[in-house]
Amino acid sequence: MSSTQIDNGSANSAEAKKADMRMSEKKCSWASNMTNSPTVIVMIGLPARGKTYMSKKLTRYLNWIGVPTKVFNLGVYRREAVRAYKSYDFFRHDNEEAMKIRKQCALVALQDVKAYLLVEGGQIAVFDATNTTRERRDLILAFVKENAFKVFFVESVCDDPEVIAANILEVKVSSPDYPERHRERIMGDFLKRIECYKVTYQPLDPDDYDKDLSFIKVMNVGRRFLVNRVQDYIQSKIVYYLMNIHVHSHSIYLCRHGESDHNVEGRIGGDSELSPRGKQFAHALRDFIEEHELSDLKVWTSQLRRTIQTAEELAVPYEQWKILNEIDAGVCEEMTYEMIENAFPEEFALRDQDKYHYRYPGGESYQDLVQRLEPVIMELERQGNVLVICHQAVMRCLLAYFLDKSAEDLPYMKCPLHTILKLTPVAYGCKVEMFYLNVEAVNTHRDRPLDKIPRDSALIHRRNSYTPLSSHDRVKRPRLYSAGNQPWLPLAPTPSALMPEGRQSQESLCEGSDSDSPEETSGCVRF
Amino acid sequence: MLDNEEFMLDTSPRELTQNPLKKIWMPCKNGHIAQRRVCTTNCPTLIVTVGLPARGKTYISKKLTRYLNWIGVPTKEFNVGQYRRECLKIYKSFEFFRPDNEEGLKIRRQCALAALNDVRQYLSVEGGQVAVFDATNTTRERRGTIVKFAEQNGFKVFFVESVCEDPDVIAQNIVQVKLGSPDYIHCNTEEAIEDFMKRIKCYESSYQPLDEVLDRDLSYIKIIDVGCRYLVNRVLDHVQSRIVYYLMNIHITPRSIYLCRHGESDLNIQGRIGGDSGLSPRGREYAKSLRKFIQDQNINDLKVWTSQMKRTIQTAESLGVPYEQWTSLNEINAGVCEEMMYEEIQENYPLEFALRDQDKYRYRYPKGESYEDLVQRLEPVMMELERQENVLVVCHQAVMRCLLAYFLDKTAEELPYLKCPLHTVLKLTPVAYGCKVESVCLGVDSVNTHRDRPEFVWDRGLHWIRENR
Repeated sequence: MSSTQIDNGSANSAEAKKADMRMSEKKCSWASNMTNSPTVIVMIGLPARGKTYMSKKLTRYLNWIGVPTKVFNLGVYRREAVRAYKSYDFFRHDNEEAMKIRKQCALVALQDVKAYLLVEGGQIAVFDATNTTRERRDLILAFVKENAFKVFFVESVCDDPEVIAANILEVKVSSPDYPERHRERIMGDFLKRIECYKVTYQPLDPDDYDKDLSFIKVMNVGRRFLVNRVQDYIQSKIVYYLMNIHVHSHSIYLCRHGESDHNVEGRIGGDSELSPRGKQFAHALRDFIEEHELSDLKVWTSQLRRTIQTAEELAVPYEQWKILNEIDAGVCEEMTYEMIENAFPEEFALRDQDKYHYRYPGGESYQDLVQRLEPVIMELERQGNVLVICHQAVMRCLLAYFLDKSAEDLPYMKCPLHTILKLTPVAYGCKVEMFYLNVEAVNTHRDRPLDKIPRDSALIHRRNSYTPLSSHDRVKRPRLYSAGNQPWLPLAPTPSALMPEGRQSQESLCEGSDSDSPEETSGCVRF
Repeated sequence: MLDNEEFMLDTSPRELTQNPLKKIWMPCKNGHIAQRRVCTTNCPTLIVTVGLPARGKTYISKKLTRYLNWIGVPTKEFNVGQYRRECLKIYKSFEFFRPDNEEGLKIRRQCALAALNDVRQYLSVEGGQVAVFDATNTTRERRGTIVKFAEQNGFKVFFVESVCEDPDVIAQNIVQVKLGSPDYIHCNTEEAIEDFMKRIKCYESSYQPLDEVLDRDLSYIKIIDVGCRYLVNRVLDHVQSRIVYYLMNIHITPRSIYLCRHGESDLNIQGRIGGDSGLSPRGREYAKSLRKFIQDQNINDLKVWTSQMKRTIQTAESLGVPYEQWTSLNEINAGVCEEMMYEEIQENYPLEFALRDQDKYRYRYPKGESYEDLVQRLEPVMMELERQENVLVVCHQAVMRCLLAYFLDKTAEELPYLKCPLHTVLKLTPVAYGCKVESVCLGVDSVNTHRDRPEFVWDRGLHWIRENR
């Protein structure tokens, strides 16, 4: 979906064909089920108010719960149109030449939004720009009406100078607009840029002009919210999500229980105890926690014995969550993979076809797991420092949320035993640090099989489910990335230990985008 | 907040033992279970309503209380109007509420304090988690008193203000809930309305709404025009966040919710629980009757929801309308007891069988679920039911009991024994502060799958460790 010329924004026919193919594979998440017309989320706010932060985070969340979402960042389009950024003068409202270019960029971006929502199977498009004037917003409203989309505005208002300064330092200083990295000059130029916008800024007016619009006004980084006319389920979820996220620094530690007796025997599921090596790991974990001097660390476990036993060693209070229990393998519980292959060869094959959507007979799928884990994610967003002691499939789901992994990659992410992942939100993404605690354990990972059956083969019939005749179309929404922007910070690659086999290590871990094969990214804007 | 247990450790690693009822692993030493201590960081919360009369404060209080109790947060509402009625015995007229009525003011203040006292009792002594203080609380002074009270007792405070100037809404309110109030039992409609409007006027002059600047350090939600707009300030914790989410999803548009089970299934006929069988011939007949019933009801824009089990889907298929499948609506997972008959369970798992009768709500099947788990799983369904208007939910016995318990405010003790027979549709219509229920039996025979609460509960005298409750 590459559109580098300003005057041509339409998708080419090859891309359209690919999108059609995807549309014909039909499977659906529970959240996606609940949304009908596509929605455009429109960000509003002066520069350095956290619009891009919220856009990316929201997009990552929506994709994780199965609602195909994509960000369209106007700055990216502008940088493409105007190769060399000279100074804040470009943003002066009386700079006619610049105003013309900026408007053109907006129109091109909107065309891409249209293509994404109507042709490529997208459900939600996040239009990330300042959108500070009524004139610009009216333009968007007209566009939305013309295409029968729903629209929801997210305005970020902040008058705390410290917050703004911190914002500028964290994400603007390293922006492509400022290659020389001379901090003070950058800060100066950027603040002048903000002043340019302030002159013409018309905030949403809930009492009069904008009283019929659907929006949320986020004030001072979530201290206060004004919510107006929420129309539907997805807007309600978006509001709930935005009200639960915060920007305080904190770290989330994910690890599995220590090696269990079943692990040693190669059995899946069940509720076995820790093996001797597992107990050793628990000890090592205790030392790890003490070393890292984590203030106010919350510890969460599942309700299965092996995680609780691990937590017991830590000698700190912990909370048990049933929803952190390992994926329910139904009739295959406590079997080894060999036993499953012998007893249920068809099921075994089906699982390899589409590991994310495959549901064990009488059990669950990864997709079910994501739905079950949503309250955990919401609570993790609210909390400070948390250590989550869980299980392989569960950890994969949680990790996929933080690292923005698709349904394709999620079930093959590497989450080895006796290894802790420390996730720290940074800029627009997440820094990952891996700590292997030097206690040996069996390897429970199964790689993606090499002779994978191509995706557009016959529909997989789900067990225990009657194929409905007159229900809605159940659309398989491919999880598209929330990419669209080049990484701005030179970042450490994803530890290759984490990546599914055969996939290159990411360059832009923090952005959550991937250097994917072309077929995966045909929906993305690439520059 | 959710179904979690928190433990304080005194010494190094302890053995784990599984509570036989809830199937939860708990640490114990020398056979003694670690005392479950209420975590001190989870202070009780005091929710305080704010608003002129007839703004829906009691409606919100009751609904919120019902919701919180259903998800397992012990909550109680304290309606100051009730206290006033206790004190005054006879309501004469709006004059009582005049701002210059010294005697009236004194009594009202006393009632508020009495109510706060009971709040303290409930939260600090009786183990309550949330108290809803339902009164007008329209002056900053009154609210200041409450905040101080909360601080002294270590409670968090969250205000819920309802602001509405739409005369139609207010009129509706008065007709629906005020006319039938004990205050107006001896008045005719016109008199009652006139008096009530004058009552509202008494409060208007001294009303100080929550202010963006003056009250910026308080935690609150301001609901404007019955949910058209919300202002949320300083949400402090998980409970408050859930409360805000709930309040933002409810509405008062008239609608009906239809609950029913799937048609009789093959396993039903065999007396077996769980499984994923198809409809029996009588079940299929029921589905056809259901179709006719729905058509006769002539419902505007009806949504139909099913679980992902064959029997509900087959039932919905007969309706010939689009429907949505929810995994969360699946029947309770009976774990190792799936597809067994009750007799078989009693024979093969006598201890489990006995335990279930002891506490059917909390009892978790081995490798399965409990009613308590079911409620947690159903919460998102509930939230969406609140958002929706006319919905038909085709589900299962245990699931239907949980949903019914929410709408009819049944306790955990009553829930697992609610009668939800096959081939019967329950039509729930919200009315005043509660829910009207109409039970429609569609005239198709079926087996009876209901087990009453047993008269005698077996204590087999086996050595299991009892949980301290």
